Amino acid sequence: MTACDPELWSIVTLTLRVTLVALVIASVLGIPLGVWLGLARFPGKRLFVALVYTGMSLPPVVVGLLVYMLLSRSGPLAFLEWLFTPQAMIVAQTVIALPLIAGLVMGAVAAVPGDLVGQIRSLGATPWQVRWAVLREARVGVLFALLVAFGRIVSEVGAAYMVGGNIQGHTRVLSTAIMMETGKGDFALALALGGWLMVLALSVNLAAMRLQGRSL
Amino acid sequence: MNRTLAYRLENVAVQHGWREVLHLPTLEVFAGEILCLVGPPGSGKSTLLRLLAGLQRPSRGQVWFHGELLNYPMPITVQRTITLVFQRPLLLTGTVRSNVEYGLRIRGDAQRHQKALAILERMHLAHLADRPASAISGGEAQLVAVARALAIAPEVLLLDEPTNNLDPARVALVEEVVLADHKLRGTTVVWATHNHFQARRAGSRVALLLDGRLIETAAATDFFAMPRDARTAAFIQGQMVY
Amino acid sequence: MGMRWFFILCGILVVCSGCLNAPEKCITLATTTSTRDTGLLDELIPRFRAKTGIEVRVVAVGTGQALEIGRRGDADVLLTHDPAAEQRFLHEHQGTSRNELMTNDFVLVGPPDDPANVRAAPSGADAFRRIGQAQAVFISRADESGTHHKEKATWLAAGLEPAGDWYIRCGQGMGAVLRMADEKRGYTLADRGTFIAQRAKLNLAILHSGDPEWINRYSVIAVNPQQHPHVKDVWAAEFITYLLSSEAQQIIAEFGRSQYGEPLFRASRWPLRNGH
Repeated sequence: MTACDPELWSIVTLTLRVTLVALVIASVLGIPLGVWLGLARFPGKRLFVALVYTGMSLPPVVVGLLVYMLLSRSGPLAFLEWLFTPQAMIVAQTVIALPLIAGLVMGAVAAVPGDLVGQIRSLGATPWQVRWAVLREARVGVLFALLVAFGRIVSEVGAAYMVGGNIQGHTRVLSTAIMMETGKGDFALALALGGWLMVLALSVNLAAMRLQGRSL
Repeated sequence: MNRTLAYRLENVAVQHGWREVLHLPTLEVFAGEILCLVGPPGSGKSTLLRLLAGLQRPSRGQVWFHGELLNYPMPITVQRTITLVFQRPLLLTGTVRSNVEYGLRIRGDAQRHQKALAILERMHLAHLADRPASAISGGEAQLVAVARALAIAPEVLLLDEPTNNLDPARVALVEEVVLADHKLRGTTVVWATHNHFQARRAGSRVALLLDGRLIETAAATDFFAMPRDARTAAFIQGQMVY
Repeated sequence: MGMRWFFILCGILVVCSGCLNAPEKCITLATTTSTRDTGLLDELIPRFRAKTGIEVRVVAVGTGQALEIGRRGDADVLLTHDPAAEQRFLHEHQGTSRNELMTNDFVLVGPPDDPANVRAAPSGADAFRRIGQAQAVFISRADESGTHHKEKATWLAAGLEPAGDWYIRCGQGMGAVLRMADEKRGYTLADRGTFIAQRAKLNLAILHSGDPEWINRYSVIAVNPQQHPHVKDVWAAEFITYLLSSEAQQIIAEFGRSQYGEPLFRASRWPLRNGH
């Protein structure tokens, strides 16, 4: 593999696909969870919040190991036959991203002034309309949460290697390719791949900034 | 005066931690009246308004609304007949127009554009309609907040010192618009103000709150002409320091 | 509104993820990193796919992890180089067959000036003894790989329990260990294939080789379908048959000659000997 050829292209597109699909799934679950946690009051909330925050610092290798054991042919979800496929990587990265998104969205929502939440309710919003309006008010924080989660999972290597297997043309993504080339001693190629990873992250961040600029 | 009750509060108390910020053995708000709440800052006016708005659950006691015992949080059908304007404008992200339309939009009102524009024109804000809410002055924002509340044509309008930081012309504008709406639709208004001249101008009845307790409630003319309680007299003569 | 765009994007991506599906015929091979890193599998697998239409997915890990993957039934074929561990694997009825595919040998590499004078050692064990007595820097894989097991066996034969500042437990792959040996001007035990493939980037020399104990045997194992019904044993058997065929054996025997000037592996069944 050289720094730009069809194999590289397949690695870059797979990286983007796996990361973005995981990000979407984690957002669909994590944003509502974060909004709910940011607004709701219930007994045991502090414990729940502590769990979410702990999940934010879960080592990816541990996530990889757990997902491996789940999806393994000796595991409970063997029938999916997802081990060493992009789907397995999506599962692992979703698990990594979910607490991150939920926790950061919760913080952003909790930072919306309580009086503003009261004002929205008093204008006649149903609970769901309140959540939606608060989410809109917190959207800079939500965008930030998504970018942090993207950055974390696009560069994540431990879980991706473990459950994906770094299979050429199938589950090799930029981060695992970088690790492999480093292991082989091909530092130049590893650096070039790292450069591609930066390009990817930069374009996603620029796109996010455009989105933010349009809606502010 | 129409003597139908809008609210009836019995033995209501609100506690923040160990402190009792509101204690009302009884309070009645008649439908279609303008009840002005006066009292120094921290006397419980805001808490009472939040209670009437359904945003603050009473620690004990009962609140009846049109003869029905209220549960908190209020059912959405009741919630949608009542609105509260806070001391701060609390505008949502978006344009001035989208703020004024907000209450109508969540009710699925198809005529929200015309209604919002009409109220904006009445408050001399039409030229700001498409400006971002974050780009207007504090005084303008406060007017937008009042317009946003009036746009949904509430049955009960709760005002928490909305004219505090306005210049006299804008104070007059808010009073004019609120009184006109009250006259036209028979809106029930509970209006907290620290300015007792405003209470005298606007209120059909006036209530004085001190330390979370109701000192005196009377028709506006009586309240100012012949206060029954010494503390009311001290308050209206400006002898109470706050 | 930003949110709307976000959800439109979501929809597109979820649809896109449907494109990630697997082809019809494929098997999973769990192997040691050396076979992948040298590029040998890149020679063999495309030819096999062209012949049979079966895709081979390579998961390259340490021998210990490769056997564990096989034990859990997550691979169909294993390619490993630790005969003792492989025997255990077969005794557990985890594998149905084990065939020696190729060999190379382990070599002791170190700084060309050879501070512990291991060039003069008559045997591998004696070379290790000299390193231990000189307390010269030695980098150990320390990762339960086939190479690590061979290293431990050699220390045992040398009658030494390596310990001290000079004995560095690295815990990484062969490539990383070779680079660490280069940086720290230390010795290490390496498989010849990986060393030759990376020699150009390293200032290390082969200081001792040819010990009969230092033969590195690569075997191919079929995972037992009775233990793991998902195992694609028919295609796995086709792959093993191919690896042992004279065509593949010839490729193995020649592999590396043009690039490095010498072959990296010795094919176990080529040139053909009697009895095979």
